[in-house]
Amino acid sequence: MTKTNSPNPDSLLKLQDMTRSYPGLLANDQVNLTLNKGEIHALLGENGAGKSTLVKMIYGVLKPDSGQIFWQGKRIAINSPAAARELGIAMVFQHFSLFDSLTVLENIVLGLEAHEAGNNLEERIIEISEKYGLPLEPSRLVYSLSVGERQRIEIIRCLLQNPGLLIMDEPTSVLTPQEVETLFETLRRLCDEGMSILYISHKLDEIKALCRQATILRHGRVVASVRVQDETTNSLAAKMIGEDLGTVKMTSAHPPGELRFVVNKLDYPATDQLSVSLRQVSLEVRGGEILGIAGVAGNGQDELLGVLNGEVQTRPSSAIRIDNKDCAHQGPDQRRNLGLASIPSERLGHGAVPGLTLNENTLLTAHERMGLVRMGLIDFQKSEEFGCKIIRDFDVRCHGVEAEAGSLSGGNLQKFIVGREINQKPSVLVVSQPTWGVDAGAAQAIRVALRELADSGTAIVVISQDLDELIEISDRLAAICSGVLSRALPTAEVTLEQIGLMMSGVETLDNEASE
Amino acid sequence: MIPYLEKRAEHSRTMVYISPFIALALTLLGGIMLFSLLGKSPAQAMYAFFVAPLTSLYGWAELGVKASPLVLIGVALSIGFRAGVWNIGAEGQLTLGAICGSCVALWLYQVDSVFVLPLMMVGGVLGGMFWASIPAFLKTRFNANEILTSLMLTYVALLLLSLLVHGPLRDPDGFNFPESRIFHDAASLPIMVNGTRLHLGAVFALIAVGGIWLLLSKSLIGFQIKVIGQAPAAGRHAGFSVNRTIWFTLLLGGGMAGLAGMFEVSGPIGQLLPIISPGYGFTAIIVAFVGRLHPVGSLFAGLLIALSYLGGENAQITLNLPIAVTGVFQGMLLFFLLACDVLIRYRIRFKPVSRFRHG
Amino acid sequence: MVDILIPAIITIITASTPLVYAALGEMITEKSGVLNLGVEGMMLMGAVIGFIAVTQTSSVMLGILAAMLAGAGMSLIFAMLVLGLQATQVATGLALTIFGIGLSALVGQGLVGVAYEGIPKLPIPLLSDIPFIGPILFKHDILVYGSFVITVLVSWFLRKTRAGLILRAVGDSHDAAHAIGYPVIKIRCLAILFGGAMAGIAGGYLSLSYSPLWIENMSAGRGWIALALVVFATWRPGRVFFGAYLFGGITILQLHAQAMGAGVPSQVMSMLPYLATIMVLVLISRDQKKIKMNSPACIGQPFHPSS
Repeated sequence: MTKTNSPNPDSLLKLQDMTRSYPGLLANDQVNLTLNKGEIHALLGENGAGKSTLVKMIYGVLKPDSGQIFWQGKRIAINSPAAARELGIAMVFQHFSLFDSLTVLENIVLGLEAHEAGNNLEERIIEISEKYGLPLEPSRLVYSLSVGERQRIEIIRCLLQNPGLLIMDEPTSVLTPQEVETLFETLRRLCDEGMSILYISHKLDEIKALCRQATILRHGRVVASVRVQDETTNSLAAKMIGEDLGTVKMTSAHPPGELRFVVNKLDYPATDQLSVSLRQVSLEVRGGEILGIAGVAGNGQDELLGVLNGEVQTRPSSAIRIDNKDCAHQGPDQRRNLGLASIPSERLGHGAVPGLTLNENTLLTAHERMGLVRMGLIDFQKSEEFGCKIIRDFDVRCHGVEAEAGSLSGGNLQKFIVGREINQKPSVLVVSQPTWGVDAGAAQAIRVALRELADSGTAIVVISQDLDELIEISDRLAAICSGVLSRALPTAEVTLEQIGLMMSGVETLDNEASE
Repeated sequence: MIPYLEKRAEHSRTMVYISPFIALALTLLGGIMLFSLLGKSPAQAMYAFFVAPLTSLYGWAELGVKASPLVLIGVALSIGFRAGVWNIGAEGQLTLGAICGSCVALWLYQVDSVFVLPLMMVGGVLGGMFWASIPAFLKTRFNANEILTSLMLTYVALLLLSLLVHGPLRDPDGFNFPESRIFHDAASLPIMVNGTRLHLGAVFALIAVGGIWLLLSKSLIGFQIKVIGQAPAAGRHAGFSVNRTIWFTLLLGGGMAGLAGMFEVSGPIGQLLPIISPGYGFTAIIVAFVGRLHPVGSLFAGLLIALSYLGGENAQITLNLPIAVTGVFQGMLLFFLLACDVLIRYRIRFKPVSRFRHG
Repeated sequence: MVDILIPAIITIITASTPLVYAALGEMITEKSGVLNLGVEGMMLMGAVIGFIAVTQTSSVMLGILAAMLAGAGMSLIFAMLVLGLQATQVATGLALTIFGIGLSALVGQGLVGVAYEGIPKLPIPLLSDIPFIGPILFKHDILVYGSFVITVLVSWFLRKTRAGLILRAVGDSHDAAHAIGYPVIKIRCLAILFGGAMAGIAGGYLSLSYSPLWIENMSAGRGWIALALVVFATWRPGRVFFGAYLFGGITILQLHAQAMGAGVPSQVMSMLPYLATIMVLVLISRDQKKIKMNSPACIGQPFHPSS
């Protein structure tokens, strides 16, 4: 051990040369990070930069290939989440570790060691939830809770252990702007009480508003470690992305054309407790126009995509019209023949079949429109040509059309799926989360492609949780909350605060009251 | 060194072909151990099991006789399994096919016409389809698990067969034995090789292999089945109907099993008996899996499993080995195959024990 | 009337007991998120091994223990394939049944026709003298009492203990359980072994008490009925018990009807338990919401800790 290895005595956590690889990917390459007591430290980087890998190593979920961890100056090994909790490290995952069929209380018990749970757990939960403004009912079953409430379970579960370090992985990706503000207040309060927080995000505004220090990752390496107040959003962005992607506002090139896609007062009852009922959903999209639908996850986006693309059918049959033809009673293939294409948010298993080749995956949605099937038999030569064209046009990196869809990276597979739909020249396109979990380059390419498709006369609906994305590409904006779709406003005129209100359902109620 | 599994980025296409052979080798190894445990010379037993049955033309023909129903049912079941439709009641569907085929034969007992056999085949297919349509209906209409319903119906079918041969279909001149009349020539399957029992069913089994291969690899229906089996949501998105797939695969499996049942009574058996199958419908499940749910694979797997039946019978006669050895062999083969399949999706790697300690 | 009723009720209890064991075991396995279709095979192995142990050692306890171990041993094969080697649960369970039928027949070769008087009844002093209730409830063998106890224990375990909560959690979301740090594979392995041991006892009860003798394939589909019972009971121990008795009742009623010569062919009567299973499955499965809310969410899904 050389002298450089001895840590700063003030630091709570110090990571040195942390390295972890996956097959074919170096997720973390000699990452260093120092976190002081009572500090909110940002771990900043794009999707796929290696943030999650790093924190999973801190929390003992993943083992590093090499590297050292110092906790309060002492070198330690963290072999399991239990060991991490023992040290005083708590973590709120981006994807919650919750059990839908159990109660809030049972979920919290499961997150604690047997001796920590104790007898008066219910009282302690209520106490903490009141102290930090995190209201929760211990006897509720988790499946009935909103995403924001679920996050509170995770936070309370962490706070019950009086941790020295709280790790939060992209906590705001599921919250409305108002909920984000409440969360920040809670975090600042915890920080004032001496807790350290490692805050993982790729949202620069949040980091400016909340954090003191920031460590920036790109392609698994630390590119900078900075004091946030010395930086601007732009300088942070430049460090994070590494190159200027030229994110300019994309507006439509032409005035909107004919009405191509109309949904009129569509109702869809929930099929079970885990899904959301859609109520009186109406929207209109013209050719050449992109309608953005914002909203927090779990407010009916999946159901909306399903009723729009025909995976579930609804009544009355006049509720959905494509180019003036009724289609609410029709299935996905019939609607596709009318010109409606769709891209679901889940790539693997919904938009594409991971175990089938790209060639076969073209057949999923294109077999009829592109004439890939003759007399019930598949023309594989034709589908291969179509697949190759998608790969060329959309720069899909893979080893040819015979590659299995599941072997592509998220961004490349998404480009393939988007390309498959766009190359069929649909008259209406409904797309959900077009750039979810996709690297920045691919995301930008997809947005440009969507805009170009609109400019060629297609009516497009984009359902997304990424507000920045919606503001960037859509002409009009609406939001969905608890299965109710708000009025759509021109993107150029709408304020962030207004969108926030729409996303939390307030705006919609006002409209209904005034009508 | 600790072995662990590492997920492959793509399925290994080599392993798809190699793993059944590894499984077969392991099964043979297991067989050697089994025979040693039973106090028999492994070499002798192996010879009796796997070589002796194939030393004559008659033996090869018998292999075809046993393999025909296995292949017919196995290829049909593999289609269902690919779609995630678990029809494990093929034995019952086979029984119903045999019953319906026999009913036609006995009903046309006085008729000597070339149309008798085709009518029996239609009867057999419809009988099997009818029996398979019950789980299909219950699954699509009430969401009832087809594994359990199709299996329960197998027990019902076997009881129904027993009821019929003890009652309405019993040979009136048969001294009250629970057997039907022996079928006439017009109702018996033509023999393919003189002096053997190899019957027309073998030809149908080969046709089924070809037909299902075409269906699975070239047709849109086959593609839909694959998609729905691997990713139901993607199937829904594409507009493929899950219910239609359930009906199609169950009716196909039922029809083929029914046909196989009718072939059994009209070919090797020649009449309706209380027991008409040594569990072909169940063993066909093994055939389907060992054949990689692929029609050509099922053909080879069917031949292999048929050999285990013949070998079991032969070993019983020559070495006094219990006939149950056959079932153990078949079970072992399936176990080892399922175990070896891990190599298709995963790589076995080794890591040193103290990997995380050295910093 | 009572002279007929008491023996009838007693036979219902004996017919139901193996179903209680097998279904409770399978329920625990399924609660952990694993579907083991090999119940029939494990039961048969329990039956034959238990029978051998009892006839060789004349010790009832060793017989029961052997049956348990046989079932657990079979389930261990399943656990290794499914948890260790990521094999499909449905196919592996089917393989276990096919293998169990073959192996039990092989092992039981020389036992066909061997006689055994059945494990002794243990009347509980005083209580068994109560008229009517005494003979019905307190004059059984240890396995019948055991089935009552195990039902209560399983119910208590699932509802009141931390281990039971963890088991339910693993079945609800293995990813979440893994993320929190629970050893999903180990927990599932234990649940599978418990299911195997219970199926082994169920088989042992058939060959040691119910029949008592060994015949090939003597479980006659009871393993599959047990699987259906778990769905019927919507994964609740009390209802599993009730369902087992419902089926035991139907089985016995049809046997009595056959004996009395009700004018219906015996085969038709024998179909009743199987048809009843189908009926019950249909009735329960119609309500998809209920099934979805009650069934362990992860059931049948493979789990690999790296993903």
